[in-house]
Amino acid sequence: MPRGGWYSVGVVLLFALLPFVYGNHALLFNMMMYLVLAQGINVLFGFTGYLPFGYVGFFGAGAYGASLAILLVHLPPVPALFVGAAVSVLVALLLAPLLRLSGAYFAIASLAASEVVYYIVSNPHLVSLTQGPYGISLAQVYNSGASYATMVVVLAMALAVVVYLRNSHMGLALQAIREEPISAGFAGINVVRERIRAWLLSAALAGLAGGTYAWHVSVFYPKSVFDLNISVFAIVFTLFGGVATLVGPIMGTLLLYGLYNWIGISQPEYFQLVFGIVIVLLVLFLPNGLVSLLRRVKIHVP
Amino acid sequence: MSPSAPLLSVERLSKRFGAFQALDGLTLELAPGEVLGLVGPNGSGKTTAINVISGVYSADAGMVLLDGRSIGGLPIHRRAHLGINRTFQVPKPFKGLTVGENLEVAAVYSRADRAEIGKCLEFLELAPLVGREAASLNSAQQKRLDLARALIARPRLLLVDELGAGLNPVELQRMAQTLTTIARSGVALLVVEHLLGFLRELTSRVVVMDAGREIFEGSLEVAARDQQVIDVFLGG
Repeated sequence: MPRGGWYSVGVVLLFALLPFVYGNHALLFNMMMYLVLAQGINVLFGFTGYLPFGYVGFFGAGAYGASLAILLVHLPPVPALFVGAAVSVLVALLLAPLLRLSGAYFAIASLAASEVVYYIVSNPHLVSLTQGPYGISLAQVYNSGASYATMVVVLAMALAVVVYLRNSHMGLALQAIREEPISAGFAGINVVRERIRAWLLSAALAGLAGGTYAWHVSVFYPKSVFDLNISVFAIVFTLFGGVATLVGPIMGTLLLYGLYNWIGISQPEYFQLVFGIVIVLLVLFLPNGLVSLLRRVKIHVP
Repeated sequence: MSPSAPLLSVERLSKRFGAFQALDGLTLELAPGEVLGLVGPNGSGKTTAINVISGVYSADAGMVLLDGRSIGGLPIHRRAHLGINRTFQVPKPFKGLTVGENLEVAAVYSRADRAEIGKCLEFLELAPLVGREAASLNSAQQKRLDLARALIARPRLLLVDELGAGLNPVELQRMAQTLTTIARSGVALLVVEHLLGFLRELTSRVVVMDAGREIFEGSLEVAARDQQVIDVFLGG
């Protein structure tokens, strides 16, 4: 078994079996969705150093791509998810020139790009195609059990991607690029091509999560699938746990999303406060996330 | 001058950063296995020359030829595959990776034999550090790792940027031996260096630069008596 393989199997089994003993399926579904998005952020930020604030744009593109494939082409939901992922990858290809930017410039440009996708989708002139601001209804294919099971599969795929990156030369090359892009070039790595591959991979994961989310909720508005909070949550969960590891984003998502559901829904104002304090403490004391605590006591982190 | 056909030819290379003319028509040639020192005061364009030849910057004018073919528009990894490699004034290893991983990734992406990793580790005295994170190495060790990363890619032309700076006398002596061994194996070396004693161990042939231009080419001993060279170093 490759490094991190058993952890992944454990997490996937947990979410596959929990619905039989725990009733809040919406919480479990959303937690899986954030686990996928956090690993998608991890693929891009953890392994290449690009922080995509507009990551939700791929999620929304996937939600709309899959939904329109169901509504307009009458595809069954599962093949439609792949159309959604393909739409996200296409958007990522169009936005690939953003990778020429670095640091905060990239973060802001990716945010602006996701807003552009949102405004195109929600444009009232496109009502005949996207339903514009009125949102999408997939009531005719609604199936909460099948869409939950599909998200379990998508989660397995996301974890498999990160396990692959943690164990492969591609993952090593991406980390080399993140650390020293110029040296990476002299190590023979095609820096531009590898960055674009990670970008597309990351977009595809968000697209799959978005499509599966659309299917699961079956009624949604453009605002809800292009909500910047989705990006922010996924980014904070990833950073809180620790990037470039398999376990970090899992820990971050389970703990913080758990916290959110514990106090965030009943007392949102306290949650904002706690969330803010957690972020400040994280930046000040644990810039490398929770996994750095484990490393400090010499626990190997896959 | 050069005993055989040049491996590297640099022709009238120019590079400007805003109002600053970093390179102003630099021309030089290097044969396989030859060692050429590039010296000059700070800001004379030595490192810029290495950056343009290695593809970190593009030239504004002039040509860089490898085996007589222009490599002007090629990205860094293509130049590395053609046999150009380099080290950095401030070493740039992949700090989050182990020493072994640093070399492994270079070996895989340079399509080198993985067996080379072990030889390279031995050659540069990095074998005991193979499992250590590169960030934990001291500066001299990081410089050797930088050099090892370049050697794994089997360069024919190695650009060495101030490898001597910050090394103690014993380390300097060892580094000079290492570079001489590399050159004897047929690799051409272009060595930017402020430490002339260290450079003398490697070669007698130098190009002296000032304001982006070559002002002297010949032996180090003659350079030391050349009035223009003396003026540049003392007056600069």
